[in-house]
Amino acid sequence: MSLLEVRDLKVHFPIRKGILLRRIVGYVQAVDGVSLSVDRGQTYGLVGESGCGKSTVGRAILRLNDITAGEVRLDGTDLAGLSTGAMRRQRHRLQMIFQDPMGSLDPRQNIESILGEGLAAHGMGGSRRERRKTLIDALDAVGLSANALARYPHEFSGGQRQRIGIARALVLQPDVIICDEPVSALDVSVQAQVLNLLEEIQEQTGVAYVVIAHDLAVVRHISDTVGVMYLGHIMEEAAADDLYAEPLHPYTKALMSAIPVPDPEVEAQRERILLTGDLPSPANPPAGCRFSSRCPWAQSTRCHDEIPALIEVRPGHRVACHWVEEIESGEIRPHEVEAEMVPASEIGVEIPTVEPPAVP
Amino acid sequence: MTVRREPATPVLTVEDLSITFTQRGAAPTRAVDRVSFEIGAGEVVGLVGESGCGKSVTALAVMGLLADRNVEIGGRIAYAGTELLGLPRKRMRDLRGADLAMIFQDPLSALNPVVPVGRQITEMLSRHRGLRGRDADAEAVQLLGRVGIPDPERRLKEYPHQMSGGMRQRAMIAMAVSCGPRLLIADEPTTALDVTIQAQVLELLKDLVETEGTALLMITHDLGVVAGLCDRVNVLYAGRVVEAAPRHELFGNPVHPYTTGLLRSIPRMDGDRGVPLNPIRGSVNDLVAWADGCAFAPRCDRYELECLAGTPAVTELPGVDHEHRCVNPPGTPAVVR
Amino acid sequence: MNLPGTATKAAKIDRLAELSVSSSDVRGRSLWLEAFSRLRRSPMAIVGAVIVSAFVIVAVAAPLLAPHDPTAQLWRGDVFPNRSIFVGPRAENPLGLDHAGRDLLSRMLVGARQSLMVGVVATLIGLSVGALIGGVSGAAAGMGRRLGRAVDSVLMRFVDMLLSIPALLIAISVAALLGPSLTTLMIAVGAAQVPIFARLLRGSMLAQSRSDFVTASIALGVRRPKVVVSHVLPNSLGPVLVQGTLTLATAIIEAAALSYLGLGSPDISRPEWGGMLADAQRFLGSAPHMALFPAVAIIITALGFTLLGEAMREALDPKLKK
Repeated sequence: MSLLEVRDLKVHFPIRKGILLRRIVGYVQAVDGVSLSVDRGQTYGLVGESGCGKSTVGRAILRLNDITAGEVRLDGTDLAGLSTGAMRRQRHRLQMIFQDPMGSLDPRQNIESILGEGLAAHGMGGSRRERRKTLIDALDAVGLSANALARYPHEFSGGQRQRIGIARALVLQPDVIICDEPVSALDVSVQAQVLNLLEEIQEQTGVAYVVIAHDLAVVRHISDTVGVMYLGHIMEEAAADDLYAEPLHPYTKALMSAIPVPDPEVEAQRERILLTGDLPSPANPPAGCRFSSRCPWAQSTRCHDEIPALIEVRPGHRVACHWVEEIESGEIRPHEVEAEMVPASEIGVEIPTVEPPAVP
Repeated sequence: MTVRREPATPVLTVEDLSITFTQRGAAPTRAVDRVSFEIGAGEVVGLVGESGCGKSVTALAVMGLLADRNVEIGGRIAYAGTELLGLPRKRMRDLRGADLAMIFQDPLSALNPVVPVGRQITEMLSRHRGLRGRDADAEAVQLLGRVGIPDPERRLKEYPHQMSGGMRQRAMIAMAVSCGPRLLIADEPTTALDVTIQAQVLELLKDLVETEGTALLMITHDLGVVAGLCDRVNVLYAGRVVEAAPRHELFGNPVHPYTTGLLRSIPRMDGDRGVPLNPIRGSVNDLVAWADGCAFAPRCDRYELECLAGTPAVTELPGVDHEHRCVNPPGTPAVVR
Repeated sequence: MNLPGTATKAAKIDRLAELSVSSSDVRGRSLWLEAFSRLRRSPMAIVGAVIVSAFVIVAVAAPLLAPHDPTAQLWRGDVFPNRSIFVGPRAENPLGLDHAGRDLLSRMLVGARQSLMVGVVATLIGLSVGALIGGVSGAAAGMGRRLGRAVDSVLMRFVDMLLSIPALLIAISVAALLGPSLTTLMIAVGAAQVPIFARLLRGSMLAQSRSDFVTASIALGVRRPKVVVSHVLPNSLGPVLVQGTLTLATAIIEAAALSYLGLGSPDISRPEWGGMLADAQRFLGSAPHMALFPAVAIIITALGFTLLGEAMREALDPKLKK
């Protein structure tokens, strides 16, 4: 059994209307049946565009969102079924690294209290002296010196702040770290520092990562297994190398062809699959395959009325597409797709990132 | 795509542009230092760099949007032979929108939230092209259709917040090109968009340049976008162009340690996953004041004392259209600290 | 090109360090300290602070500074109480005498003490009750559970109700219950401020509750009440402090307005600026100095607190200043 196993996870946010009674008028199916598993020392990468539910998966694993259905098993314990108190005691085993290196550190606390908070909450770390030593070790592991302890977040650069965020996660020696867009807020020249640091830490501690990002190149670089999400579903999942060598799902193909490569020769030769239209609203996803409204390979049968299951089509390579074999063999050719506008009324629907707010 | 270098007057000439911000009680800070480049009709020139490199400030200066008593602008900016610095405000306003247009990163804050998108376009049309009423509406519909907005008649009456990010960016492009500008400045036009939408918008810009012959100044931090779109690339670091060349030359034969460092530090979709990334150390905040030498020195593997002996001069590579500002370029033995 | 690599490594590093523009000279300074040092450099804050401290010194030392007993009638032979002749500024009474022949300067000085007390106590009432309601509401709403949301709803509707009653009505009701007095004045003015502080703190706390650092704390396994106390609250206090300072100004003005309407203290030995204005109104035509001096004092003091508050707002949120 894997270290972390997510089975058929569903997170549905209620859409409320009205001033006084706040009736529930519908649900946003932010995550609708996602399964994944990570082993010790491994990295699972979750990619997708905005609104695909990848961040919600990460937050649900940490129980920062309410889980509508499904299991999140850490070493066999189902976190989804734990009481709030029991979950709180498990929290040191799962940690999170955030996208915004400024927003994720309390601006009014110095680094010592930011890093030490977790130890204090779990009564870990022993005496004051030992605790300090643990913090200094964690800072050292991320390449910062001990004199950072007395300083405040605003006195560091973005990359350094992200290192502090990583140190905070490391202090509790977690089994799993969820990295939500760990580098996308950083300058390009600094991103590689943080990516290398994450890899180094994994080699030394054997921690498992779930890396959530929109940047496929980043995810591919750091992950062992990659899952591609679209509107709350995993469309394709495979070992990182296989996925990039041979993307099978039409959405993965389109996504990969859309990513610019910093090499004009490659850019000039690349065949682009240009998707038309917008991402549909998660509050009103297309029936059947979620990608059917934009898929250049969509067929009149099955695609629009039957949700495809994630099926293993090659060893370790799972795809959720009715026509994957036919597309691969060239039997089905891509066609023009009429761009579909997302009705304006739906864009107004604000998707709560956390419901109920992940607040004390 | 081939590089088109027009022998005629370039659409935009920027020569030795320096921008200094002065503030009472504080030392003046120079955001841009002697930046020079040209853009011809139908050409795409990229300004690439990270936060604080001066790329957006340069764009604002070209658009005449930096006029403030706290800003000193030196050097030359010329649009099709007309000097823009020192041009009367009225003339500049007439040029802006009609001949020079700009697209911003965040269309939501650049579009007026309380005016329907269609009216924002027709206002431009009536101001610069004298179109009124039905004619203006028809032209606006045609423009929205041109940038790939489905059902444009209906979209005319919609407000910016009713559109998705990608559609808003298209609407902004429609507005920018409504008066047939000869120069379009795009400041991080796709940074806020999803990749599949980014691909659509980039395709649209490419198409505009090819069919209309618009000169495009592309400002971005994404080397991938540059590689796919720009004919010529200027790499900026801390307000200076550290390297400039046509894109094939720049990506094929990068010289400046900053450029090579960037290229080696980005994970690539088609790269070998086993090879670890080679990051540039430090952060963009580790700087050396300009007068003292190369601003990149604190982060550079090839740093030598010579790097700190004043402003690095522009070196031109023989035989190719390629220049850089590195005192100690590769080829001379590297010293790793 | 000359041969690189000739300089020693140490020399190179030294030279670099010498020329580097260090982006972090400041070490270990909290945001509060940073804000305070910005405050000290702001001209607006300095002017405000000078006015406010002058006001406070006068208020505290009033009995020592006052040249005359504020209740003593200083008529002299040339004036008769039954003839309405007023004494304007003169050598021994720089601000003149009031309608009852008392030294206006002395009354103003002693009045400063009353005004300060009303301002401070009223603001404290408003701030503490308001912050209590807002804090409970913000914390409850932040908990996100059904019960929390219900508590928040009830408290906020109560606050809305308070907000919809004019301060004057509250004051008159309080006065009707307790009789006109200084206490009435303070409670009335304070009560009017409660909803403002409550709404402000709640909003601020809700916004902070959604921030990543709060989520990070929860993910670390910190108990929710502790998260509120150590992260949400400290980050929400800035606006409340600013509002508190600004309220001092409005409280003094409002107290003056209420005593002008006769809801203030009837005790003649404890004059108060608003009450003095009220007295002066009857003699506005013949003794304008009686109205002028208290009015100017109120304006200047209110200005001082407002300047200080605005400067604090800027210092706490440097992004506001451009």
